[in-house]
Amino acid sequence: MTSSPVDLPQTATTRIDLLLVAGMVAAGSRVLDVGCGDGELLQVLAEHKGVDARGVEISQKGVNDCVAKGLSVVQGDADVDLADYPDDGFDYVILSQTLQATRHPRRVLEQMLRIGKRAIVSFPNFGHWRIRWQLAVRGRMPVTENLSHAWYETPNIHLCSIRDFVNLVELIDARIVKAMAMDRNGVQIRVQAPWWAWNLFGEQAVFLLERPKRTEPGGG
Amino acid sequence: MTENNPDSLLGLDEAVRPHSQVAAFDATQPLTMAAGGILSPFTIAYQTYGELNAAKSNAILICHALTGDQHVANAHPLTGKPGWWSALVGPGRPFDTEKYFIVCSNVIGGCMGSTGPASYNPATGEAYALDLPMVTIADMVRAQAMLIDRLGIDALFCVAGGSMGGMQVLNWAALYPERVFSAMPIATAPRHSSQNIAFHEVGRQAIMADPDWRGGRYLEQGVRPAKGLAVARMAAHITYLSEEALQRKFGRKLQDRAGPTFSFDADFQVENYLRRQGSTFVDRFDANSYLYVTRACDYFDLAQDYGGSLARAFKGSRTRFCVVAFNSDWLYTPAESRAIVHALNAGGASVSFVEIDTDKGHDAFLLNEPDFIATTRGFLHGAAKARGLIEKEAAKS
Repeated sequence: MTSSPVDLPQTATTRIDLLLVAGMVAAGSRVLDVGCGDGELLQVLAEHKGVDARGVEISQKGVNDCVAKGLSVVQGDADVDLADYPDDGFDYVILSQTLQATRHPRRVLEQMLRIGKRAIVSFPNFGHWRIRWQLAVRGRMPVTENLSHAWYETPNIHLCSIRDFVNLVELIDARIVKAMAMDRNGVQIRVQAPWWAWNLFGEQAVFLLERPKRTEPGGG
Repeated sequence: MTENNPDSLLGLDEAVRPHSQVAAFDATQPLTMAAGGILSPFTIAYQTYGELNAAKSNAILICHALTGDQHVANAHPLTGKPGWWSALVGPGRPFDTEKYFIVCSNVIGGCMGSTGPASYNPATGEAYALDLPMVTIADMVRAQAMLIDRLGIDALFCVAGGSMGGMQVLNWAALYPERVFSAMPIATAPRHSSQNIAFHEVGRQAIMADPDWRGGRYLEQGVRPAKGLAVARMAAHITYLSEEALQRKFGRKLQDRAGPTFSFDADFQVENYLRRQGSTFVDRFDANSYLYVTRACDYFDLAQDYGGSLARAFKGSRTRFCVVAFNSDWLYTPAESRAIVHALNAGGASVSFVEIDTDKGHDAFLLNEPDFIATTRGFLHGAAKARGLIEKEAAKS
């Protein structure tokens, strides 16, 4: 199974990271999008990649929008309800711009890699220089285009930098298959750039992860 | 009140002469009951709305709840009230009678024209009463499948229903996965809980404690256990509403009086309301039928039929499911619906799940709840596209 290049229609409203995420998904695969919102990504995947697309969404409105589009979406909470899914049910489990809003990011990531063979995670990079600038120079909690909430009302309770995320991936013994970072214009940062450059100039990051190879006694 | 006229069905005429279409199944088509015994001959009374298309691919079966009936979207022949799901079924409604062919049949064990305890037992020439074999949810479903066969329909576009109707939906999807394109189990549970059984038992004991119940043989004796049935309905009706809704609607308000009378009159509005619910119910429902349908729910435990695994009931199912729960429903709680969703996911089925925010309790599934109606409309629209009933819209980009 190889993923095809991004050949999807980009409309004004399609978030750039969604297109990158979609580009990592192999055609015809089984996908669970956790925190699928109004189902934009699922619909792109279903219509353009023939994916068996499922979703989990916490908001009533989001679920209604998805169901109205004919998508299979379950109202639920990433922190709680992923535990209900059986092992290996999906080829990919996607968490797009949601990790930072979960209560237990590590547990969510581990569940994703239990349910799916691969996990795709996109998140805003808290190590970006504009964010560092706001905190270091202005002494204020950063408010940016991507993270537009004031500190007292933000749903984003577990923000991390790209370096932090890579540390977590190592901690849970997952493997990074592919990683991408984008600047504020959605332009990808050179692949051969060092991590520190990604962490400083990437506003968004997208990671394709794979669970560590298990030694399975007795096979099966 | 008591008239000793054995020919009179005491208001239960609909049980033998229904204002509905009737499908009769003779001795060549018996219904073998899950709990043992055979029902033959038997009849199913049903209503239809809309037109079956040439491909016979637009049929929807609606399954009614405990004390519901086939009159989904037309005036009730006994009460004159609008059909119980008029909010959802009709032209331009989510179950659009201009697009779909909608079938609803009275369950076996009911009292609106399908064979039940008030029907004549051909072996005795009298009403079956408790001689009717015990009825299960699966029996109701198998009987419906025979009706669907009779109507020449191979696969249903959708099977939908709430409460006991939702149990039938789940059983349909488990028994006939290839005949169910999409399914909407609403405000329901995969099995009856201990509390569910307990409430039903209170109702049955109220009926049986009525001296006019006469061991179930009240019709021949020209009486009806109206008091017992009314009490059963009153107790059950409390479980259909949330505490919040009751408090909002009635609080401690008094009924047409300035102060309490310090007596056992219906001083409180809520008492008056429940008494009215009880007394109107007995005009349209048969007490023995109430015993049978409550018992059918109590024996419902879908996982048990599949080696204790609910997931196995739906394994490999290609049906599209939309499970709906209401957050203030304490009769069939959202947790029960989540158990269904869990099993469907484990079985690899396509499932959507919505928990509707409302304070109206279990009965919310019968009411005009905008989020519920939007969900139903959306789900059916998506399923209709997948089924090819609606042309796919041109890509917007």
